[in-house]
Amino acid sequence: MAAVQETVEQVKGLAVEQYKYGFFTDIESEKAPKGLNEDIVKFISAKKGEPEWMLEWRLDAYRRWRNLDEPSWAKVKYPPVDFDDLYYYSAPKRADDGPLSLDEVDPELLRTYEKLGIPLREQEVLAGVQGAKVAVDAVFDSVSVVTTFKEELAKSGVIFCPISEAVQTHPELVQKYLGSVVPVTDNFYATLNSAVFSDGSFVYIPEGVRCPMELSTYFRINESQTGQFERTLIIADKGSYVSYLEGCTAPMRDENQLHAAVVELIAHDDAEIKYSTVQNWYPGDAEGVGGIYNFVTKRGDCRGKNSKISWTQVETGSAITWKYPSCILRGDNSRGEFYSIAISNGHQQIDSGTKMIHLGKNTSSRIISKGVSAGKSSNTYRGLVSAHRRASGARNHTQCDSLLIGQTCSAHTVPYIESKNSTAKFEHEATTSKIGDDQLFYCRQRGLNEEEAVALIVNGFCKEVLQQLPMEFAVEAQALVGISLEGSVG
Amino acid sequence: MLEIKNLHAKVEDQPILRGIDLTVNPGEVHAIMGPNGSGKSTLSHVLAGRDDYEITEGSVSYKGEDLLEMEPEERAAHGLFLAFQYPIEIPGVATMTFLKTAVNSQRKLRGEDELATPDFMKLVREKADQLKVSQDMLRRSVNVGFSGGEKKRAEILQMAVLDPTLCVLDETDSGLDIDALRVVADGVNALRGPDRGMVIITHYQRLLNYIVPDHVHVLSAGKIVRSGGKELALELEESGYAAYEADAA
Ligand SMILES: Nc1ncnc2c1ncn2[C@@H]1O[C@H](COP(=O)(O)OP(=O)(O)O)[C@@H](O)[C@H]1O
Ligand SMILES: [Mg+2]
Repeated sequence: MAAVQETVEQVKGLAVEQYKYGFFTDIESEKAPKGLNEDIVKFISAKKGEPEWMLEWRLDAYRRWRNLDEPSWAKVKYPPVDFDDLYYYSAPKRADDGPLSLDEVDPELLRTYEKLGIPLREQEVLAGVQGAKVAVDAVFDSVSVVTTFKEELAKSGVIFCPISEAVQTHPELVQKYLGSVVPVTDNFYATLNSAVFSDGSFVYIPEGVRCPMELSTYFRINESQTGQFERTLIIADKGSYVSYLEGCTAPMRDENQLHAAVVELIAHDDAEIKYSTVQNWYPGDAEGVGGIYNFVTKRGDCRGKNSKISWTQVETGSAITWKYPSCILRGDNSRGEFYSIAISNGHQQIDSGTKMIHLGKNTSSRIISKGVSAGKSSNTYRGLVSAHRRASGARNHTQCDSLLIGQTCSAHTVPYIESKNSTAKFEHEATTSKIGDDQLFYCRQRGLNEEEAVALIVNGFCKEVLQQLPMEFAVEAQALVGISLEGSVG
Repeated sequence: MLEIKNLHAKVEDQPILRGIDLTVNPGEVHAIMGPNGSGKSTLSHVLAGRDDYEITEGSVSYKGEDLLEMEPEERAAHGLFLAFQYPIEIPGVATMTFLKTAVNSQRKLRGEDELATPDFMKLVREKADQLKVSQDMLRRSVNVGFSGGEKKRAEILQMAVLDPTLCVLDETDSGLDIDALRVVADGVNALRGPDRGMVIITHYQRLLNYIVPDHVHVLSAGKIVRSGGKELALELEESGYAAYEADAA
């Protein structure tokens, strides 16, 4: 995340097209042929040396996907994606035999992550945070290239590794939990992901363990015409706690690239998972050419009583974002939280929100969504809060605030509420405001330039959500909020 | 330090300032009085660089430079401060954070290093105590939920911390009870000095009992129609603005 800090220095005063992470690493890669068929699925599975059950699972997903249509209900517009014109697998040459130890990683890759400001050397700690350690799983196109602090984590019984490795080393856990929150047939993109998922992180926190450090995964799309289909699975056993952060970047390209991830979280009795995302995929240029299509399915299952799952997201990148991190509140007294900052500038389109499905008794949920739209962008909050017949005492509080900058952007709020239990109490508040000329003038009279003023006002607007981020990342996220709006006024 | 010559400004084709002449020298305190709608706030906004107004004639030089050519933030960094008649709310931004951002933005514009956080905190605490601004207020969002008096005290605190050379105060007395008025006036008086100029805009003479001006001007329908010493303020208190309103009509 130091990457963001650096960005502040370097990108000050530049417009949307000066995306900091837009460089391309020239590294030899191995790809599967373009397009998707059973042979490609088999190729991916074979590359990872997967057991038979995993291949069967993928093939089943692939066959189902063939019969599905892309969803069209979101408020986003884009030309049809040609799924036969994509690479579904790309790996840096030497890394395709699974992740290496740090000394063995291609120096070119290490330099890439260095440029991104991501600490891959274990002795590196985040600037300004004394003694803070962050374990990192670095995923480059379709494979994980390295995972740090594995041994130290193993001492407390925490498993943190690429999912491809977990399939080999902990098949019983993967088999038990994979697809148990997001079923194979959940939706078009999730089904596609199930067939071709490449890499992502696997986390298991044993009973009663508080994970001793922040865990994080950095996703990097490097190759052109390559989709990234990450798969993340996090299991917090009884009474455990983990805080996990994902970050994402990609080179600047004039084509659109597909990112279709699936993230599944499972929290058992009294366990808590805090999942934070800072999504900064390439958003496309000022004319709206290029950028990532971010079609993501994220869902958490509060399976045990008193469990808690909290999603915090800062979404500033991607040409299109289609993403609804959700919670299934199955265990009695379980709690789901969704804190979101979604910032759209230029021609970005965001349709994002959450679902809180109250199944257990006395379950509670809280939603705070802060949408900031600038430029010619479109920003939609779409949320569902529902209470099952048995969900007596369910409570939800939703607050959706939209902030508009300029005249050419738009913001929409689409809340759905379904309650089948008369004791459920759901509250919804929504506001829409504009950055006022008065506010800008007031700030400028005090010495802030226009961009500093916008960054300050927007950070104030997003404060309740920024406060939810792990301290190590909050400062940088604040800076990112400012940067992503550069060129939005004046 | 400030020289306004024949300044005309209009908004949406409506002339509001219609030939203002005013010179403020270092160390001087000028009061501008006038009926509502005479253009007092407009003058302050034009000086601070708000772009809703079109300058149609005249010039403003400030420390020998053309003020009207500068961006609002440059004017601020050159030492011009405007205490707003209606201070603006910025939800979610702590007053302390706002002040720190302002100080450092100005320093950056002047090519100076940022102020170290402990030095800054010390400076703010000191000034805040003088102005009876509580720590709690410094933690609250800028002007959000502040009472009228708190807003005005917060403006003067910002002024004290930013240490400007030209202070323009737009109806800082409005909405203040007598105790708050004293606190604010003490704060302003503490900033009086040989190098600093002040323009105090007010509708009422009351404030001028506490901040005694060197010069008083009467603004009416966008023009300064009379100037004099501090006794002019007292005279206005007696006779009211009726005569000047008639003038304008
Ligand atoms: N932004 C604006 N748009 C339209 N009219 C304005 C604007 N600002 C000031 N005016 C008008 O200009 C005149 C002077 O206003 P103002 O400067 O606020 O007076 P004062 O501060 O002396 O009460 C008023 O008639 C007011 O309605
Ligand atoms: Mg006024």
